[in-house]
This record gives sequence, C-alpha cells and structure tokens, in this order.
Amino acid sequence: MYDRKTVRRRRAVLGLLVAASLILVTASFGDGLRSIERGALEVLGPIQEGASNILKPVRDAAGWVGDTLDAKGDVEDLRSERDRLNRELIAERGATQENARLRRLLGMDQRLGLDQQGLVEARVYGRSPTAWYATVTVNKGTKDGVREGDPVINGAGLVGRVRIASGSSAQVLLITDADSGVPSKINESGASGIVETAVGDPNDLRLNFLGRGDDASRGQSVVTAGSTSPRYPSFFPEGIPIGRITEVDEDEGTVHVRPFADLRRLDYVQIVTDPAT
Amino acid sequence: MSTNGAQLSVRLALLALVAVLVQIAAVSQVSVFGATPDLAPLIVVAAGMLAGPVAGALMGFSMGLFIDFALLQTLGVSSLVLVVVGHFAGRLRETVRDPDATLLPLAAGAAGSAVALVVFSIMQFLLGVESPVSLELIRQILSTVLINTLLALPVYALVRRILAPSLGDRGRDKRGRRGRRPSPISPLIQP
Repeated sequence: MYDRKTVRRRRAVLGLLVAASLILVTASFGDGLRSIERGALEVLGPIQEGASNILKPVRDAAGWVGDTLDAKGDVEDLRSERDRLNRELIAERGATQENARLRRLLGMDQRLGLDQQGLVEARVYGRSPTAWYATVTVNKGTKDGVREGDPVINGAGLVGRVRIASGSSAQVLLITDADSGVPSKINESGASGIVETAVGDPNDLRLNFLGRGDDASRGQSVVTAGSTSPRYPSFFPEGIPIGRITEVDEDEGTVHVRPFADLRRLDYVQIVTDPAT
Repeated sequence: MSTNGAQLSVRLALLALVAVLVQIAAVSQVSVFGATPDLAPLIVVAAGMLAGPVAGALMGFSMGLFIDFALLQTLGVSSLVLVVVGHFAGRLRETVRDPDATLLPLAAGAAGSAVALVVFSIMQFLLGVESPVSLELIRQILSTVLINTLLALPVYALVRRILAPSLGDRGRDKRGRRGRRPSPISPLIQP
C-alpha cells in the first residue's frame, strides 16, 4: 500500500522520537535539570495561571458533576464516620478541656502558633493528572518569600512542602507523592515514625518506622514531629495535624492514616514561609 | 513542506499547547469516582488517526514533552508513551477495513488511553519506585480509561473540526455525506 521510502521514513521518525525521549529520561536523573525546571516554572507559570483563571467556570461546572457522582458513594462512609466521631467527641470533651488548660499553662499555643511563622496564602492553578506525581502548582514564589522546602498547609492539615520555587510560582510536593516523607508522631502516644504514601491511593498514607511495641490504634491522630535531631532537620514544624489512623495491620506492621486535608481538591493553600522546625 | 503541511503543523502545535493547558489548569482538577480524565492520549490518538502515523508520533512527542516540562515531571516519559500511541493510532486507520466506522475513534481512544496509562506505570516501575504501590492504582487506571472512553468521540470530533481545513479529503465526514445521499438502488431515485 505504501512504498518502501514512506515506510522507512516513518520508522526513522518513530525511532528518532523514541531515542530522543530515552535521552531525555536519562538526562532527567539527578539535579542537573533543576535550573531548567525553575526556568520552565517561571515561563509557563503565568500562562498556566491565566489559563486556570479563564477555565475556572468550566472547572467548577465539571467539578460539580464529579462531586455529585462521588457524593453518592461517600454518604454511607460519612454516616458511619459521623457516628464514630460523635462517640469519640463525647469521650474526648473532658480531655480537651484539660488539654487546653495545660497548653495555656505551658505557652504551647504560642510555640505552635503558625500564624506567627509567616503564612502566605496561595492559589492552586495546576495539577498533575497522573497518580504517579502528586504535585500542584501555586501562584506564589520567591518574590513572596517562598523558599524550597517550606511546609504547605490548608485549613484541615498538612498538604506538603514546596519542591521548586521560581519568582512568582512554586510547585508543591503533596504528602501523597512517592517522594514525600514526613517525620511524624502519634499525638496520643508520642510514638514517632515517617508518614509516607502508597502510590495510587490519596486517602491512604502509611506511618512507617514505628518502634517495636509503640502504641498505635485506630482513631488516634498523627501530627508532624518537627526536628527530632539536629543531624536530621525536618522541613515541618512540630504539631501540624496530618491525619487519623484508620487501620493498624499487625501482620504487615503497617499503620494506615487517612489525611485530614482533601488532597484531591485543593483551591487555596497556605505556605509557612518561616517555619520554626 | 506544502502549504497544507505547514498549516497542519501549526494547527497541531496550537492544539497541543491549548490541550495541555486545559488539562493542567482545569481537567486535572476534576475528580470523577476518584479518577481524573486524561485528554492527552485521546488528542494524540485523534491526531494520529486523522493526520497519519508521522504526525501522530510528532504530536505525541511534543505534547508529552510539554506536559513533562509544565508539571516538572521526569522529562521524556510522557513523550515516549505518547509517541508510541500516536504512531499506532495512525497505523490503525490504515489497517482497518472501514476507517470511517463510527465506533473506531471510541475503540481507539479507549485502547490508546489504556496503553498510555499502563505503559506510563510500567515506566515508573522501571525508573524505580521507593514507595509501596496501592492496588487502588489499578482502579484509578480503569476509571480513567472508562471516563476517557466516554470522552473519546467528542474529543475526536473536536480534533477533526480543528484539523479539517488542513486535511483535505481525510478531514471530511464521509459517513455524513453517504447518509444524506440516497443509494443508487433506492426507490426514491426516479429513472
């Protein structure tokens, strides 16, 4: 059907493009392309932000449809979650009052007061479509005081940390990314470990490296541990809520944590620009 | 390069640029059943089917590169996946018996999306994943393929509309023309 010359040309183009892709993959390893990434963020950031502003009505409409479909499946889960939380609330009310009194005494509110650590509010305008890269791009960068490594939170809890910052944009590595690891502790028992992810499930974090015999049980909350050693400083200040333990798998030694922040729907986040780690 | 060829290249480049921006800024932030539609394989499949394997592969490479650059992902992974998808979408149109079959873009879109997502995941495994991988990933891939299948026909129609002026005969809807014209043995035709 096609002459040999056409077939050869096609194969040559395919081979050339595959080879170029493989060269790019190889070149991407290491930090050699960091400056190119910053440049790409600087150039493409404003274009993406503009596109995001223009497409907001489309996004909202499509999001409404998606939310409605998702909500049907969520109703049952939320009902059982509500009942469980009500039971916990009653049990913990007394403890909370006592805790508040003690915190006032110790002045911990001031030490953990993230409001005094320089919060920069940023709008999310871009996100990766694949489960393999849990990142979002925000409209604040080094001009606003944002630095690489700064923790990112929202009203519900920890979201991630700044991976790359350019002048007016930054890419945030979410806590559900395969490259993320957060030094954490169980709030109730003080047992410490690292919160990591299982690729593909944004609602299931894993609290790893707990000590043998450490107390971990369903319903306990997990918060950032801060820097526990000067040799291994943490990006995150102590006490930021991360999530709640949903399951403790004794056989596998895995503690499953559901994040407080809904990481699939992020419109605005806050970047802690002066974290006291 | 002929005027039509140059015009087609410009249209493909603009389509790639706008599609990636729409994907990153809007579509990626929409979650249906916990999964996100992925327009890139659908657009590359449509471009390959309409403009041929070389244009499909070039479209796949440029879209993939733009996605990786814009999202600061490992460069080359998306390009590699989409080059293969674009090339085989172009070859598919040449090898099937009825390239104008209504459901061909739907089947090609579904297959292209499945191949793109599975090969992308395999590439990630080959590059090394330090974290455990949840079985939920399989559900996400299946959901995305399902959503993409639903979007395949509208996306194909849109891409054909955009590329039609540069495609000549290939861009015309031959089914539509046949449908409007009565068959030679139709009783409606008077001798």
